[in-house]
Amino acid sequence: MLNKILRPGVAVWIGSLLALIAPAALADWELNMPRGVTAITNEVYDLHMLIFWICVVIGVIVFGAMFYSIFFHRRSNHPTPAKFSHSTAAEIIWTTIPILILVAMAFPAAKTLVAIEDSGSPDMTVKVTASQWKWHYEYLEEGVNFFSTLAAKSNEARQLGSGIDPATVENYLLDVDNPLVVPVNTKVRILLTANDVIHAWWVPELSGKRDAIPGFVNQLWFKAEKVGTYRGQCAELCGYDHGFMPIVVEVKDEADYLAWLGERGVENPAQFAQQLKESKSDVTPVAVEAAAR
Amino acid sequence: MSTQVATHDHDDHGPEKGIKRWIFATNHKDIGTMYLLFSLAMFMIGGFMAMIIRAELFQPGLQFIDPGFYNSMVTMHALIMVFGAVMPATVGLANWMIPMMIGAPDMALPRMNNWSFWLLPVAFTILISTLFMPGGAPAAGWTMYPPIVLQTGPAFPFMVLAVHVMGVSSIMGSINIIVTVLNMRTPGMTMLKMPLFVWTWLITAYLLILAIPVLAGAVTMLLTDHYAATSFFNAAGGGDPVMFQHIFWFFGHPEVYIMILPAFGIVSEIIPTFARKKLFGYSSMVYATASIAFLSFIVWAHHMFTVGMPLAGELFFMFSTMMIAVPTGVKVFNWVATMWKGSMTFETPMLFALAFVFLFTIGGFSGLMLAITPVDFQYHDTYFVVAHFHYVLVPGAVFAIMAGVYYWLPKWTGHKLNETTGKWHFWVATISINVTFFPQHFLGLAGMPRRIPDYATQFTDFNVMSSIGAFVFGLSNLMFIYNIWANARGGEKATDRVWDGAHGLEWTLSSPAPYHSFETPPDMVDDETEWESSRFAESS
Repeated sequence: MLNKILRPGVAVWIGSLLALIAPAALADWELNMPRGVTAITNEVYDLHMLIFWICVVIGVIVFGAMFYSIFFHRRSNHPTPAKFSHSTAAEIIWTTIPILILVAMAFPAAKTLVAIEDSGSPDMTVKVTASQWKWHYEYLEEGVNFFSTLAAKSNEARQLGSGIDPATVENYLLDVDNPLVVPVNTKVRILLTANDVIHAWWVPELSGKRDAIPGFVNQLWFKAEKVGTYRGQCAELCGYDHGFMPIVVEVKDEADYLAWLGERGVENPAQFAQQLKESKSDVTPVAVEAAAR
Repeated sequence: MSTQVATHDHDDHGPEKGIKRWIFATNHKDIGTMYLLFSLAMFMIGGFMAMIIRAELFQPGLQFIDPGFYNSMVTMHALIMVFGAVMPATVGLANWMIPMMIGAPDMALPRMNNWSFWLLPVAFTILISTLFMPGGAPAAGWTMYPPIVLQTGPAFPFMVLAVHVMGVSSIMGSINIIVTVLNMRTPGMTMLKMPLFVWTWLITAYLLILAIPVLAGAVTMLLTDHYAATSFFNAAGGGDPVMFQHIFWFFGHPEVYIMILPAFGIVSEIIPTFARKKLFGYSSMVYATASIAFLSFIVWAHHMFTVGMPLAGELFFMFSTMMIAVPTGVKVFNWVATMWKGSMTFETPMLFALAFVFLFTIGGFSGLMLAITPVDFQYHDTYFVVAHFHYVLVPGAVFAIMAGVYYWLPKWTGHKLNETTGKWHFWVATISINVTFFPQHFLGLAGMPRRIPDYATQFTDFNVMSSIGAFVFGLSNLMFIYNIWANARGGEKATDRVWDGAHGLEWTLSSPAPYHSFETPPDMVDDETEWESSRFAESS
């Protein structure tokens, strides 16, 4: 019996393993979610790993029982089937245990969700208006505003039959002409809306995604704790060039940020330094928690 | 296979000859056959579209198609697979098997049965014809979200009409199944003695009747927004585009279970047969199915956590979604407990059913992960979601359908299954499907959004793997077609029982089954006594 099952199986397994080994040698594979650079993205990463390991443990038990049964309760090993067909005790146990696990999981999940939705007391606000297929950033207090679209090199390479190898383009499809620039350790509130259809703003290392909906204003916030360049994409199907409206956020230290404001034509950027400091001294519970980590 | 049925006709008023037999078909087997063949044709067309998608995604950069056509392929693939392949396949199995399982001669409403089938080719001719219209086929995703869907060209009203016609067909099919199950069971077959496939289909039929009109309402509002200047979903006129998403998913989540509950039923028939042991926890299986059906109506907003709902709403939909894991878990545990201390053999239908339990559960795990709202903000609209729903739909629903076809095929054609070719199909399909969809989990976690025709270069390796797997899986379906064709053409004569562990009324009929299944209500075989007087002890 075993032979019968495995004969076609073995041939296919060997073939597919060979097919997999070839690319494996070259690969630098990203397998997991990034931790990100905010307190919230780290909490989300931990929740992701927690629920993942819960699933792994349940999987090992259930599939373990299943494969034990497949190997030891096959007809050649176990010719006379047992007669039982219910067990109230077993059924109560395997209804109750999942409920307990879920309740235990619900608490940390709800706590993080509450933190994510607390977008009060931001240090600065940027209004983001999406349209097909670009982002418009508007610094409400600083008076800076600009459009952000796919970088020219990517745009050239991505045309049908361009003949340009995307591997030769730096940050292919994840580069823009004008990135969003924000200061580090600052609670930035993003107000989101759209002009035409629904889009979604998503930079995985800064926060989860949120839809930009025409006629409505949504919001999200993040407080990046590390200087750097973070990349993301529109995450809601928005038409022909949905795949080609990336988001780039440059997180700078305060001096560089103020210099950038100056380059953008803001007179006396130093006033915003003062404003950011005042805003930060008005500490919110979430900020305290984030600072404690 | 159908000609075989005809030649074994035991009835005076047999089928019409030639094409009229099919156009005017009122026989549940003929209609079931047509549903299944139609579904297979749609599965191949929808699958071909998936091949186009995977070919474009094989390498970064755009090689073959422009982004607009890519979006059309994504949209049409989903609409065809959901409404044209999976749903009609389960209706086809219901048509074939429910009368035979409950001891009825035919379905209760045979003429309506004819109409509900023949609407499907009409609907899909309309839908597929949009590919040739100026402006192309619908490209806003199968979810048809406004405002983007309102940018569809001349194809728009045809898409809405096609959805309406499919809906009418589904509702009539459901009414037929409900009436048949409630009225035509053989004396002695109480509700709690019905085979589980009949139970899951009864519950599915109620889900369809409740959910489909909601979809019909939603697409009609789209139509009037487009042509009659209403503003249901237009903020400028006082409407709300998010309201469409609520209405759509109020249909859409039950729809998920409409596709998977019959699959649960099929697997619950097959595992006891090949484990030679009665299904564990029959009544908890029925109650779990009913709980899943109820819960499916109160979780819809988990498909749209990112629209910006109030915190209380997000918490409610997170908790209600997590609850679904409990009855679903009960089902999986019961299947494993059915195998436990059984006496298993691994014929082709059993292999598919076991792969279903294993791979559907993996899809269930990623579903549980997606339920956690704060993390869903990261997973949402990425390839993680694509991997999740393909795990529950392809090695989930589709494998269960294939298992069911292999399981009942000998009863339909009268020929034993060729286990060698069946097992080749199984192994090639199972391995290729995992090569296709497992790497998509990694792509999603690493940040690749769904529904994009081109991607950043760090996503290349897993996309190459996924495309290779998809091409192999696509080709493996030719083996499925060959197996069905070969079995219909001939082979060793099958016994009435077909599988030595088979139980239930359908196996008391001859193989192939007579044209009118049961002309007089059969004696109810008491499942309890049937299993007690075990046929298997002797073989030891």
